[in-house]
Amino acid sequence: MRFIKAEKVTFEYIRRDEDGNVEGINRAVDSVSLDVKEGDFISILGANGSGKSTFAKHLNSILLPTEGTVWVDGMDTKDEEKILDIRMATGMVFQNPDNQIIGQVVEEDVAFGPENMGVPTQEIIERVEESLKTVGMLDYRKDSPNKLSGGQKQRVSIAGVLAMHPKCIVLDEPTAMLDPVGRKEVIRALRALNDVEKITIILITHYMEETIYSDKIFVMNKGKIAMEGTPREIFSRVEELEEYKLEVPQITKLAYELKKQGLRLPDCVLTVKELADALSR
Amino acid sequence: MPIITDHLTYVYGSKTTLQKTALNDVSVKIDDGQFIGLIGHTGSGKTTFLQLLAGLIKPASGTVYLDGEDIYAKDFDKRTLRSKLGIVFQYPEHQLFEETVFKDVCFGPKNLGVDDKETELRAYEALKMIGLEDEVFYQSPFDLSGGQKRRVAIAGVLAMKPKILILDEPTAGLDPAGRNDILGLILKLQKEQGMTIILVSHSMEDVAEYADRVLVMDKGSIVFDNTPREVFKHHEELKELGLSVPQVSVAMSKLREKGLPVKTDAITVEEAVKEIIRVLR
Repeated sequence: MRFIKAEKVTFEYIRRDEDGNVEGINRAVDSVSLDVKEGDFISILGANGSGKSTFAKHLNSILLPTEGTVWVDGMDTKDEEKILDIRMATGMVFQNPDNQIIGQVVEEDVAFGPENMGVPTQEIIERVEESLKTVGMLDYRKDSPNKLSGGQKQRVSIAGVLAMHPKCIVLDEPTAMLDPVGRKEVIRALRALNDVEKITIILITHYMEETIYSDKIFVMNKGKIAMEGTPREIFSRVEELEEYKLEVPQITKLAYELKKQGLRLPDCVLTVKELADALSR
Repeated sequence: MPIITDHLTYVYGSKTTLQKTALNDVSVKIDDGQFIGLIGHTGSGKTTFLQLLAGLIKPASGTVYLDGEDIYAKDFDKRTLRSKLGIVFQYPEHQLFEETVFKDVCFGPKNLGVDDKETELRAYEALKMIGLEDEVFYQSPFDLSGGQKRRVAIAGVLAMKPKILILDEPTAGLDPAGRNDILGLILKLQKEQGMTIILVSHSMEDVAEYADRVLVMDKGSIVFDNTPREVFKHHEELKELGLSVPQVSVAMSKLREKGLPVKTDAITVEEAVKEIIRVLR
């Protein structure tokens, strides 16, 4: 089933001088059309300024398209009466966990969302417990968020969104500020949410290796969708990605260079295991 | 202008119930022109260490010698420290504030008391060094792309002509091309101007590629101090410290497990390609 449909979405920022006169128009998103199926794990790649974040903000009505339409779970994001339903259907997680955590205690922070939705107390308690369990943070429920590592904080942010029972979570560079283990923890939690809870995941990232398990990758360039396909389709186009200021995961790069040297390898290698299998044959 | 830290210790919330030793008895010597990669999980003490090197906070005990002088001595003039040692904080572009790019870069040297003519000359040189086009000089820094803003912020530090440049995660949140630009610039500063570089990074791949020496921090202490090749041999220990090794290093170990007799100490794609080709031919 289709969960998100964007049709020719364009978004323009209007630049004004001090007197409020229009100085120019920046088209941050330029006629983007895409479909996301319910339960998919989607990644969006693109250089800084390619329009990824601006587009993502259209997925729960933070921004409304200048032209075109976005449907989330069948609802038009421009429909003001549906705005709460849309925001409950799609949760967002941002880059810096410190800006998203407001509670003094982990479980209090996670309860903030459902509390605001008017969920009955007993159910909030259940939801908090279940969300923290899903991201592997239940042991820290009584702790102060200040004491947590970056990866743990980010998982608490995700639990906070989960407690609102969304069908989809959009994450805008959730791992940019994390250390390697923190990064792995977050990505593992996302894969589990997708696999087990069937939550649709839309991940924006600059780390190519985080996207190799996606069902589909969209590459944005100058506000447009420049490439779309499975990780294997995308990462086999090394030179094209470089044009868009991106790269391929280090393992893929290694296999690509070995192939150039004349070794017989499959077209696009994504994991260490694949490379080892191919070379030891 | 070597830096020596002598039993450097820092305690947060000293004599309170929240007392925490953030840096514990660190003694290292950093020689001129070295490119140091400083790694460690979130909360391991990296930032505290940098702040102490830059004279921004006072140690509980121990001290820092810059060029033989104790920077925490009563009669030490902190202004000389500012001109010798430049520090680029996380997300330095948040500190841009002037009307034009050029004025922003002038701010540092002006504050050091450098005369106007020299200030402008330095600003011009710094902006050329970071590879910014002339026509951007008189634009508002807020109209630039993320990667450009960050380079302007770095230029602001370079205009103070430091001999030592400290950078705290300078590539966080940048796309791969932007990351390579910044790291290439830093390498150029080290190679061409003999600048000492201390780079904090969460990217093991970047540290492997650029640093001559890696310091690994954990719980306020330095637990490894060696070349990247030696440090990244410790796969298991690093994992326990919340870190990892470059993806190619993992690949080489895996290949060896699978029976391909490769040496496992490659830390860059280039080295791994050579080694695999050597074994297979």
